[in-house]
Amino acid sequence: MAGRIITITSGKGGVGKTTTTANIGVGLALLGKSVVCVDTDIGLRNLDLVMGLDNRIVYDLVDVVEGRCRLKQALVRDRHLSELYLLPAAQTRDKTAVSAAQMQALCDELRKEFDFILLDSPAGIETGFHNALAPADEVIIVTTPDVSAVRDADRAIGFVEAQEKGPARLVINRIKSDLVRKGEMLTIEDVVELLAIELIGIVPEDETIIMSTNRGTPAAMDRKSLAGQAFRNIAKRLTGQEVPFMPLPSDDGWLKRLTRLVRPTSS
Amino acid sequence: MGILDKLTSRRQPSSRAVAKERLQLVLVQDRVQLSPHVLQALKDDLIDTISRYVEIDREAVEITISQNQRESWLVANIPLSRGRAGSRR
Repeated sequence: MAGRIITITSGKGGVGKTTTTANIGVGLALLGKSVVCVDTDIGLRNLDLVMGLDNRIVYDLVDVVEGRCRLKQALVRDRHLSELYLLPAAQTRDKTAVSAAQMQALCDELRKEFDFILLDSPAGIETGFHNALAPADEVIIVTTPDVSAVRDADRAIGFVEAQEKGPARLVINRIKSDLVRKGEMLTIEDVVELLAIELIGIVPEDETIIMSTNRGTPAAMDRKSLAGQAFRNIAKRLTGQEVPFMPLPSDDGWLKRLTRLVRPTSS
Repeated sequence: MGILDKLTSRRQPSSRAVAKERLQLVLVQDRVQLSPHVLQALKDDLIDTISRYVEIDREAVEITISQNQRESWLVANIPLSRGRAGSRR
């Protein structure tokens, strides 16, 4: 088996990298793929919380790299999906604990065991970012439709291109359709035009993300969550399926919205 | 919000349009990492160098950064002096 190593990064923090990683992981596992989500944010780990696996961690990524345990001992299996695993970051170390070469070697091991290796990158463009980028076969850039996030995303894309890891693909997260309609938020088309990379997902602002994160059960597990559906669509696109981008919530009339409440659409 | 405020705010472009325009400008500079200051220095040097070979209209020289997708170009528009466009040598 030769799994695909996909790094999920953004430049700016707080745009939803970790949420995106967890949800795409769930989406791919729901499609029957074997997936490991790797938290590369050493010292500031959170993917474990978002995936609801925080109380099951025994060893972490740094323990593996420094030989204190075998790789399989550090992998935490998901509570719901048997083909989904987490490799947690160390919480008591910093970004210098692992080198790019060590990350590469680790991912080469994981590649033998899994269909997909999703690397959740730290924010910023320093060591941790570069370490997460080094082993990547593909890169997903997450941004939100605001000036700082788009600017930082552009810097991150620049590094991806410079290291010939491109072309990166784009997820636009937390789109507030009511603001877009009023002309008070960058549209999907604006962001794609500015960043000039291929779009792989659009995710509406959705309260179910907050609730699912509170519970440690990614929204992609929830059939009724609109954001969850958007993330499942991204997973499908990653496996080569052609899935149309879903309309933003308020693009629809009240009747359609009501219908969706009763019966979630499959688009 | 009073009626007057509403009327005046309507004349302003949407914040979306402002955001897009500001980003377009800032991304060009971020990508090529050329400050306006450095670009001016480059322009002066270029004018001096070319002037050693042909007479040019110094005031009309334009150096701009052009972008298509994620590729950038320096575009120089260098008009030759009228009437005396021939070689100096």
